[in-house]
Amino acid sequence: MKKIFFFILSISLFILIFSQEKPILTFLGEDTPDSIVKNFTIDASDIPNDGGGGIELKWDSPEILKDWFISIIRIDEDGKRVLLTTDIPILSKQVRDVNSEEEPDRVIDSKGYNYWGILSKKFITEELLQILLDTFDFKEGLYSFNDDTFFVLSKTQMVYSKASWFNFLRLAVLISLIIISLTFLYYLNLAKKGKDLYIRKINGLDAVEEAVGRSTEMGKPIMYILGIGYVTDIPTIAGLTILGRVAKKVAEYETKILVPSYDPVVMTTAQEVVKEAFTEAGRPDLYNKNDIMYITQDQFGYAAGVDGMMMREKPGAIFLQGLFFAESLILAETGHSIGAIQISGTTETAQLPFFVAACDYTLIGEEMMAASVYLQKEPMMLGSIAAEDFLKVIIMSILVLGFLLSFLGSGLKIEFFKNLFDILYQALQV
Amino acid sequence: MLKGKGIPVFITFIVGTIMIFSFFIPHKPFGDLEKISLNWYSIIAGFTMLLGVDSLIGMHYRKITRRTGNWGYSIVLIAGFTGTVVIGIIETIRLGTAFNEASYFTYIYNYFIVPLQSTMFSLLAFFIASAAYRAFRARNFDATLLLITAIIVMLGRVPLGEQISPNLPKFTEWIMQVPQMAAKRGIGLGISLGALGVSIRILLGIERSYLS
Repeated sequence: MKKIFFFILSISLFILIFSQEKPILTFLGEDTPDSIVKNFTIDASDIPNDGGGGIELKWDSPEILKDWFISIIRIDEDGKRVLLTTDIPILSKQVRDVNSEEEPDRVIDSKGYNYWGILSKKFITEELLQILLDTFDFKEGLYSFNDDTFFVLSKTQMVYSKASWFNFLRLAVLISLIIISLTFLYYLNLAKKGKDLYIRKINGLDAVEEAVGRSTEMGKPIMYILGIGYVTDIPTIAGLTILGRVAKKVAEYETKILVPSYDPVVMTTAQEVVKEAFTEAGRPDLYNKNDIMYITQDQFGYAAGVDGMMMREKPGAIFLQGLFFAESLILAETGHSIGAIQISGTTETAQLPFFVAACDYTLIGEEMMAASVYLQKEPMMLGSIAAEDFLKVIIMSILVLGFLLSFLGSGLKIEFFKNLFDILYQALQV
Repeated sequence: MLKGKGIPVFITFIVGTIMIFSFFIPHKPFGDLEKISLNWYSIIAGFTMLLGVDSLIGMHYRKITRRTGNWGYSIVLIAGFTGTVVIGIIETIRLGTAFNEASYFTYIYNYFIVPLQSTMFSLLAFFIASAAYRAFRARNFDATLLLITAIIVMLGRVPLGEQISPNLPKFTEWIMQVPQMAAKRGIGLGISLGALGVSIRILLGIERSYLS
């Protein structure tokens, strides 16, 4: 009885397992009812002007296929298959095969690759994807899988990736760089020959001595705030150069300077700058490393820390020179409330109105960059400012020319000027 | 022969020139230089954080030992710092990461740091009011012009402006897009050229005040 029972059970299990329908991948033929699908091709090419390791795939997107999806599989010259993308809308028109250096399946230079495109009206299943990546014998044509159809496109030509030795997209930048460098060299040469170069008066910088002197007379320290930039930011570098000049004055007046810092690298650099300035002024004994201290790398934590320090130490002069964001007014208004003379400067145009409203003097953008030149007034440094002014004239001339050509071309519809404007526009494209 | 400040100036010039070349040459090894140097910077910056912590703790420790003014706050800072670090370590051991939603470290962040940040940020509203009051006082022609423009822009940005005249929001937009933008772009051009000037001065060794 037991034997009969086990026999029936085994037979039932066998029937149950083998009666389940297995998905069948069927080749329906090379022809497709839709000639647009048949003629759909992918164009693969190396990405120009890059460092290698990148291939670009493009295709035209006929309106009739707007609801279709495309999946792409890459097969290298050794036959290794990698899924590039799955089920992206045909309308996207392009995809780039670029990966990071850490990715083992990235495109390697000088290795040949073919790409197979799979067009489908529905998302392709994991099961089908696995078959396509493992065992599928790629051949152009129409297929069915689980009652869904998809179309395998003809493979692309073998394509190789290669690195470029020059990025032609940056040609305009290179030409600008050459013009700018030559202008700077010309004016530096003029300065070297002893030509008298002019720099206009900057009230904020003339007030540095007054601010340091006033603070000394009041017996109060000076506070120098470099903002929340890093040492890689140009405004922070400009702030550090101004700090050197201010610290020298501080040493000459034998007073104290406090530099609360947001970033440890900026703090270390500021310590060295102040130390050097005190040494130059002949008072290295007055230098105290602990006056240039780290606060925190949290924006509002920094603002709170510096505000607290202002309220406790009551500095007579506050310099806000560097990169500032939303904390600018919190700092400047607190400084104003304690009656300190404040000289600010930043390149962040959104913060300039706050500084103008709350500080006694504000260095607007380029004035901050020119500050070290102004405070030092060395002929060679003045030469660089003259070069900047000359370049400004060139840029303004191009702006006026662009306006006139646009007015005559697009405004008065004169074709000649419109063409000229287009040429100018193309030339300035980066 | 290079000596003194000449050595760092020479290194700056060489490195700066290579970085400029790498901007135009995507081919290896030039193309990767920017990424590599930024990685180096991140590593160095990571180590300097120790200097920052040393500076912060050292300053407050001295305040406590010397009993200088407000030294009680320094105890709070050191206790807060030590407590956060210890809890961070314990939670990393307990949960695998200190940033887990269930960890006390995340609790400290969500219920101590975030409210403190929000408090500082919200102070800005009051500071804007006091700064605006001073800036908009009609002391001279320029300040009066600023006051009038500010009133138009403020009215144009609220529903009341639309009620006064449908053209007010449009006029506000014109002020922001034309005169305001022209001034902003002018300043922007100056800043870009100024940054270029600073870079060239540093590269050529004319500007040396950043060197110790």
